Amino acid sequence: MSKREIVVVGNGMVGHHFVNTLVEAATGDRITILGGEPRPAYDRVHLSDVFAGRSPEDLALATRDTYKEWGVEAVFGDPVAAIERDKKEVVTEGGRRFAYDKLVLATGSYPFVPPVPGHEHERCLTYRTIDDLGEIRAKAKDSKIGVVVGGGLLGLECANALQNLGLQTHVVEFAPGLMGVQLDDGGSAMLRRKIEELGVNVHTGKNTQRIVDGDDCALRMEFADESVLETDMIVFSAGIRPWDQLARDCELAVGERGGIVVDTKCKTSDSDIYAVGECALFGGRIFGLVAPGYRMAETAAASVAGTDGVLFQGADMSTKLKLLGVDVGSIGDAHGRTPGAMSFVFSDQRENIYKRLVTSGDGKSLLGAVLVGDCGEYDTLLQYHLNDIELPADPQALILPNVGGAPVGLGVAALPATATICSCHNVSKGDIVGVIDAGCCSLGEVKAETKASTGCGGCAAMLKNLVDDELAARGVAVDKSICEHFAFTRQDLYNIVRVENIRSFDALLDKHGKGMGCDICKPAVASILASCWNDYVLEQPHAPLQDTNDRFLANLQKDGTYSVVPRVPGGEITPDKLIALGYVAKKYDLYTKITGGQRVDLFGARMEQLPDIWGELIQAGFETGHAYGKALRTVKSCVGSTWCRYGVQDSVGMAILLEERYKGLRSPHKLKMAVSGCTRECAEAQGKDVGVIATEKGWNLYVCGNGGMKPRHADLFATDLDDETLIRYIDRFFMFYCRTADRLQRTSVWMENMEGGLEYLQQVIIEDSLGLGAELEAQMAAVIGAYQCEWKTTVEDPEKVAQFKFFVNADATDENVVFVRERKQVRPATEEERAAMSADILATAS
Amino acid sequence: MSQWNDICSVADILPNSGRCALLGGDQVAIFRVAGGDGDTFYALANHDPFSGANVISRGIVGSLGERLVVASPVYKQHFCLDSGECVEDGEVKLRTWPVRVEGDRVLLAS
Repeated sequence: MSKREIVVVGNGMVGHHFVNTLVEAATGDRITILGGEPRPAYDRVHLSDVFAGRSPEDLALATRDTYKEWGVEAVFGDPVAAIERDKKEVVTEGGRRFAYDKLVLATGSYPFVPPVPGHEHERCLTYRTIDDLGEIRAKAKDSKIGVVVGGGLLGLECANALQNLGLQTHVVEFAPGLMGVQLDDGGSAMLRRKIEELGVNVHTGKNTQRIVDGDDCALRMEFADESVLETDMIVFSAGIRPWDQLARDCELAVGERGGIVVDTKCKTSDSDIYAVGECALFGGRIFGLVAPGYRMAETAAASVAGTDGVLFQGADMSTKLKLLGVDVGSIGDAHGRTPGAMSFVFSDQRENIYKRLVTSGDGKSLLGAVLVGDCGEYDTLLQYHLNDIELPADPQALILPNVGGAPVGLGVAALPATATICSCHNVSKGDIVGVIDAGCCSLGEVKAETKASTGCGGCAAMLKNLVDDELAARGVAVDKSICEHFAFTRQDLYNIVRVENIRSFDALLDKHGKGMGCDICKPAVASILASCWNDYVLEQPHAPLQDTNDRFLANLQKDGTYSVVPRVPGGEITPDKLIALGYVAKKYDLYTKITGGQRVDLFGARMEQLPDIWGELIQAGFETGHAYGKALRTVKSCVGSTWCRYGVQDSVGMAILLEERYKGLRSPHKLKMAVSGCTRECAEAQGKDVGVIATEKGWNLYVCGNGGMKPRHADLFATDLDDETLIRYIDRFFMFYCRTADRLQRTSVWMENMEGGLEYLQQVIIEDSLGLGAELEAQMAAVIGAYQCEWKTTVEDPEKVAQFKFFVNADATDENVVFVRERKQVRPATEEERAAMSADILATAS
Repeated sequence: MSQWNDICSVADILPNSGRCALLGGDQVAIFRVAGGDGDTFYALANHDPFSGANVISRGIVGSLGERLVVASPVYKQHFCLDSGECVEDGEVKLRTWPVRVEGDRVLLAS
C-alpha cells in the first residue's frame, strides 16, 4: 500500500496538536502542514504574556526543526486559497498544489469586528496573532489612552496587555456586564469592581455608532446613548468568528452563523475532510477553548489512523483563569438556567470575593458555579460537577469562608478513576494510577509519562496531591532525609537550628543526629548556620565542615590550584582598580579571564599563595567575591540611564546597591542577580534567580530564572515597584528560599516543586499570607549586619593564614602542579605534556 | 625497620580535618579525628587517583555506616581512613602510613 497523503490546513495550537498526535500514532502516512502565518504554531492562550516580558519565541509550540524531526513537511506564510474536492487537492495563494487522501481543516477563527463606520481607521486593531501584538505595540508607543472593544475573556486579556504597555485603559462592552457568557450578574459586578480598582475604566451597555477623528486624541467613539469617548487607539476583541471560507467555497456544510459542521468523529459533510478547533461547529456550538480543540484533534487523528478513538461529544466549557490579576472561575451552568436549579451565593465586598453554587433541585448534584476573586475551590467543585459526585448535605459549606473549622474539600482519594485531572492533555485519575502501578514513583516521572500538568499547569497542585496520596497508599515512604546522619530534610534542619538557637554542627549532631557526619550534611549544615547566624566560616568549629572552596575561600580547579574572583559590585570598576587587578595577576602569573558575571577570574593560584594574593587585593580596595560559595555571586547590570540613550532607570546604581546589600548571603545554592535599565534587557536579568528590569514607573521584578544545564526564563513576579518595595520583596524572597529550599536546589526547581508555585510565592512575599514578612526582613537585616569580608578577617589572623601552607612540615610547594603557556598565559599541562617534560628532565639528568 | 619522623604539632591540624605532610618525596595526608576518648590520627596518600591532583588532605572527614572516610574534594569519592580503600571502586586503594602521637607531636613512620 502506498503512503497516504494527509494535509493539515492551519498551524495553530489545534492543528499542531493534531499533527503531534498523528505522528505519535506512527501510521506511516505522509503529513503536510500548511500554515498561513509566517511562523510555526505558538501558544495563543498566553499571548498577552509577550507584553509582560515573555518573548514570542517562548510561546512557540514547535520550530521548523520539530517538524523536520517528525518527518512532516511544513509550509508557512503561504495560505491555502482553495480546496478542489473533485481532484482532492488544495491550492495555495502562491499557486502550490498539494494532493490529499485525508484533509484536516484547523483554520481557527478570526476576531469579530463590528461593522461600525470608521472601524477601518489605521489606529483600529485586532488582537489575535503575534503580528497583531507588533501592531498594538507600535501604535501604543505614541498613545496615552487605549480602548478595548469587548468585555469578554479575550477583551479583558487584551486590556491587560494595554495596561502592561502603560496606557490608560478603557473596556467598552455592548452587553450590560463583563464576561456575560461565563459569569452571572453578581460575579460580573464583582469582577468589574476589582478591575476598576486596578485602574481600568469599564463602560458597559455601550453601543458604538461611529468612530471619527477626535479633538484631543486621534479617535472619538460615539455611542448610541450620545456619550463619547476619546482615545488614541482601539483594539477590537469582541468575540471570534470561525474561519470557514475555504469550506464554504467548496460547499461543505456550514452552520447558519458560521462554523464547519462536524460529526462525533470530527468529519465534515465530505468524509475525507475533517475540521477541528474553532473553525468546527459541533451540536450547533463553536468551542472556543483550547482543551476541547485538543480533544477534537485527538478524535480526528484516531479516525485518520483508523484506531478506535474516543468520539467527540461536545466538551465541558468550565474555565479558570487570571484576568488582570483577578482569579475568575466558571463551571457548567453558571447562570442557573437549568429548570428547578437552586443557588447558594456568598459575597464579600471587603475582600471583593464572590462565589455562587448552582445545584439541582434536590441539592445533590452540582450543575454550575461562579468564582470571582478567589478560585481556591475551583478544582474541588469541578470534580463534583464533572463526575456527578453527590454533594454534602450542606453544599454551601463548599464556598463559605473556612472560619476555624477544618477545610472542606474533596480529597483526591474520593475521586473516581474517570475523573479528569489534566484537561489540557486529557489525563484521568485512572491514567495516573496506571503509570504509578507500572512503576513511576515520583511527580516528575508521572508528568513525563502522562504529560499531565504540562499544559496550562492549572492542575499542578491536584496532581501533586494525587501522586503523593497514591504513593503513600502503596507504602512508598519517600525518604527525604538529607543523609544517613540526620533523619531530617534540609528545611527541617533549618527550622531546628533557628528554633533551638543551635550554633554549631556538633551541637546539632549531638541532639538530632548520629555518626560523625559526612561530606553531604557538613557543608549543608555549615550553609544553614551561615544563613542564620552569618559567623565567619573559618572559625574553628565551622572550618572543617566547609567544602574545599569555602574552606580555602577560592575555587578549586582540576589540578588542585584555585581561582580567585574579587567582588566588582554591579560590574563597575575604576581604572585604578583594574590596573591593581592586572598588577596582582601579573605578579603571581595568574591566567586571567573575564567572567559572564562582569568580574575578573584569576586562575592558577597555589593554595599557599592565596593569603598573599588577597593581602594585595585588599590593599587595593577589593573584597572577596564569594565565587567559591553557595552564596550571592554577582549582580550584573547594563549601563543604564546614566549613559544609554534608551535607559529609563539607573541600573548600575541599583545593581551596586543590591550587590552591597546581599553580598555574603549564604544560601542552599548559588544566587545570581541582574538589573537592566530598560526592556531591551541587556543585563539578561530574566536568566537570573532574581532579575530586575527598569520601567518608566519603577522596577519589574522577575524571579527563579537560571542559565546552566537546564536554562529557565524567570517569571514576572511584581511590576512597577519603587526601590523600597523592590528591596523588601527581594529580602523576603531570599530569606524564604534559604528557609525552605532543599540542599543544592536552585530557585527555579524550588519554585517548580512548591505547591501552588509562583502564585503561592506571590502570596507569601507580596500579600504576606503566612505572616512571615517582618520575620524574614528582620533575619535578612541580621545577616546584612553581620557581614564581613572573609578574606580580610583571614589575612589578619596568622593562625588562619598558617592553614594555607601546602605542607604542614615544609615550605615547599606541590610539584605536581605544572603549567605550560598558551596564548601568552599559563594553563595546566596535559598528561602528554607532563610525560614529555619528565622525559626531558630524565634526559637532562642522565 | 620503620623510622618515626617528627612532622608537626597536634594543634597544627584542626579536629576532624587534614593537613598534608612531606615525607621523603611522598605527600602524606594526615587526618585528626576527634573522639570521646581522645583524638585518633590517620595517614594516607595525598594523591587523588581519580583527578590526578594532590588534594586528599583537603577533603571532608566523615563516616559512612561504621567506616571513617574522607571525601576527595574534586570528584567526591570516599576513601577509608584506616585502609585507604575507595568506597566507590574496590580496585582503588590509597597507600597508608603508620602515624602516632607523642606528647603534642605527630609522628609518621617511613
